[in-house]
Amino acid sequence: MATEILMPALSPTMEEGTLAKWLKKEGDAVKSGDIIAEIETDKATMEFEAVDEGILGKILVEEGAQGVKVNTPIAVLIEEGESADDIAAPAAPAAAEAAPAEAKAEAPAASAVEQVNTPEPDRSPDWPEGTKMKTMTVREALREAMEEEMNRDETVFLMGEEVGEYQGAYKISQGLLDKFGPRRVVDTPISEIGFAGIGTGAALAGLRPIVEFMTFNFAMQAIDHIINSAAKTLYMSGGQMGCPIVFRGPNGAAARVGAQHSQDYSAWYAQIPGLKVVIPYSAADAKGLMKQAIRDPNPVIFLENEILYGRSFEVPDLEDFTIPFGKARIARSGKDVTLVSFGIGMAHALEAAEKLHEEGIEAEVIDLRTLRPLDYATIIESVKKTNRLVTVEEGFPVASIGNHISAYVMENAFDYLDAPVINCTGKDVPMPYAANLEKHALITSAEVVDAVKKVTYK
Amino acid sequence: MARKPAATAAKAAPSNTSKEELLKYYRDMLLIRRFEEKAGQLYGMGLIGGFCHLYIGQEAVVVGLEAAAKEGDKRITSYRDHGHMLACGMEARGVMAELTGREGGYSKGKGGSMHMFSREKHFYGGHGIVAAQVPLGAGLAFADKYLGNDNVTFTYFGDGAANQGQVYETYNMAELWDLPVIFVIENNQYAMGTSVKRSTKSTSLFGRGEAFGIPGEQVDGMDVLAVKAAGEKAVAHCRAGKGPYILEVMTYRYRGHSMSDPAKYRSREEVQKMRDERDAIEHVRELLLQGKHASEDDLKAIDKEIKDIVNDSAEFAKESPEPALEELWTDIYAADLPQGSAEENA
Repeated sequence: MATEILMPALSPTMEEGTLAKWLKKEGDAVKSGDIIAEIETDKATMEFEAVDEGILGKILVEEGAQGVKVNTPIAVLIEEGESADDIAAPAAPAAAEAAPAEAKAEAPAASAVEQVNTPEPDRSPDWPEGTKMKTMTVREALREAMEEEMNRDETVFLMGEEVGEYQGAYKISQGLLDKFGPRRVVDTPISEIGFAGIGTGAALAGLRPIVEFMTFNFAMQAIDHIINSAAKTLYMSGGQMGCPIVFRGPNGAAARVGAQHSQDYSAWYAQIPGLKVVIPYSAADAKGLMKQAIRDPNPVIFLENEILYGRSFEVPDLEDFTIPFGKARIARSGKDVTLVSFGIGMAHALEAAEKLHEEGIEAEVIDLRTLRPLDYATIIESVKKTNRLVTVEEGFPVASIGNHISAYVMENAFDYLDAPVINCTGKDVPMPYAANLEKHALITSAEVVDAVKKVTYK
Repeated sequence: MARKPAATAAKAAPSNTSKEELLKYYRDMLLIRRFEEKAGQLYGMGLIGGFCHLYIGQEAVVVGLEAAAKEGDKRITSYRDHGHMLACGMEARGVMAELTGREGGYSKGKGGSMHMFSREKHFYGGHGIVAAQVPLGAGLAFADKYLGNDNVTFTYFGDGAANQGQVYETYNMAELWDLPVIFVIENNQYAMGTSVKRSTKSTSLFGRGEAFGIPGEQVDGMDVLAVKAAGEKAVAHCRAGKGPYILEVMTYRYRGHSMSDPAKYRSREEVQKMRDERDAIEHVRELLLQGKHASEDDLKAIDKEIKDIVNDSAEFAKESPEPALEELWTDIYAADLPQGSAEENA
């Protein structure tokens, strides 16, 4: 039976090409793999190999022809015994059975950001009223959370640099090696991309690793595995390969450690679909969110802060409690302006709110707690009440979380705004070492107070 | 430690290889070759888009190593992955339909040529970033060791990936923790267009494990029986809890790096010489005929059977609809672990 040989697409972008040269002539026997022609594409001259066996019965497009469309029949292959004369030159080039029809329907969601939140904000209490509280540092809260989850689930293990014998570079894993042994508290060499990849592989196989980065600055060496291997695999596998892993460690500026050790990665990770991004401020949130992160079947980025590790907060004295993702916390109620922040930014926001209170301005302070999913509903509800919004974060100003929230609020609550939104951020400079310069590079509560006065026209 | 291959040892192997085994290797290798030829054809017709890296010429590597594997063993590889999937038993239809980006593909059309997976067949991808699969593969082995089973993981990468830093971080940890992982370097002699000689001063890639205490050897990758024998040795080492093993399998890809490779970095004579003298499928074909295990007619019948499977897969891949637009928004987050609990693997 005669087979048409079609003009091939020889690059991802090729639509037409030049048939530079025929290397077989009519009547030649052709084996699979033989070069039959040279074709010039938009990129290079390529050799075109035969796929089927047979005899080159008829050449339909002469060499030198330019602008030959992909899928145009260029020759006919016949079997032994057939005659080339039997072949009627094909009429119009077969309309591409190839390229599937362009999708005509509109994409289902109007906004590029999939709405995962309910329109009504969730204002339920995080734990039952009247629960006994205990005072605890963020450091202790994180350790307790990991310990409780490791007790609960045998597949949870901790790996990273100095997590075991050294008891943690920042003592977050203190005592865990003694309790769980080296099988479940794994000291790694200084090999971030290597152990991030090994942790991700272990998660694909069904374990629940907690991978500690000594700081998130070093996770830049491993970011390919966080994004390409962990975050995207569920999607790329059509839902087959879940990756339940927590990447955690201190994020943002510590003190006087210079540019390479002082950076807030919130906006970087919050941009990636497939990741969940958690950034607690209080010890109670650190504990409840860490337990939730370990139980989550998806990759979770858990951004801690060295300066907050030693701060004490009230934590519910419960055997087991978790805090759901995507539920912001109203840390302080107010009617005049909304301050939205997260992580250590909350320290500045709350300090500013206190100063403003002394001046008669009541700020509502929202602690986002998770950046992905993000609790848009709580922000919008608050802005509808206060009509003014200031965001507060430590990271760089360009493409910041504040920028994103501003855009969202403009799109969804424009008519409620009585002033432009202001984003308070760190300065657009690498972190300097000198004490006075470092202080100026970081966000301060005074700057937040100034921003609030601008948006309240005070 | 590291050894050079006994170049002639493998040639003597057929005496202890059964007719059934030889026929299986022939069939499995031929399926990969015909499948890849068809994929090249569909690419030429515009039915397959983007990148498409064909495995033609390297078939003996995966078929030989699969012959050394048992149920439960895992495998992971790079973007040149169609052969690995077919060799571990994934359906030709599902692979081809993924290539055409259709609903019936292994990833519902959302992964493409470089990103396919099968939990059932313990195939963990399909990875597009050169060498990223190496620590991931060690991580799969980490999980098996953690769970206390005797599975091993075949972690495939190329001579190009062998120059990525993360390979050596992984070697170190794999040996430090005695992980049951076989590092299979498929040395097809070209990293895209750069030959090993132009990229690598010390060209014995298997010997690079020595610095980490990992034994390794070079294997003739055009001889499926030699690959299987080396695979069995490596598997035994891993299952015995002795840690990782390196196999540098010397192979050759007949086609370009991807479909848009103008092939200016090597001569046509070099390619033709390999095809004429060292073709892995021809080798088994000769063993079958010389050993009187099969007649020309028997082999023709197999050829026909394979052609039917491949044509069927191509038809399926054309007929299967494009994914529904709603699929854009699914599988970004899991509500629960799709694979269930880790006990499945225990």
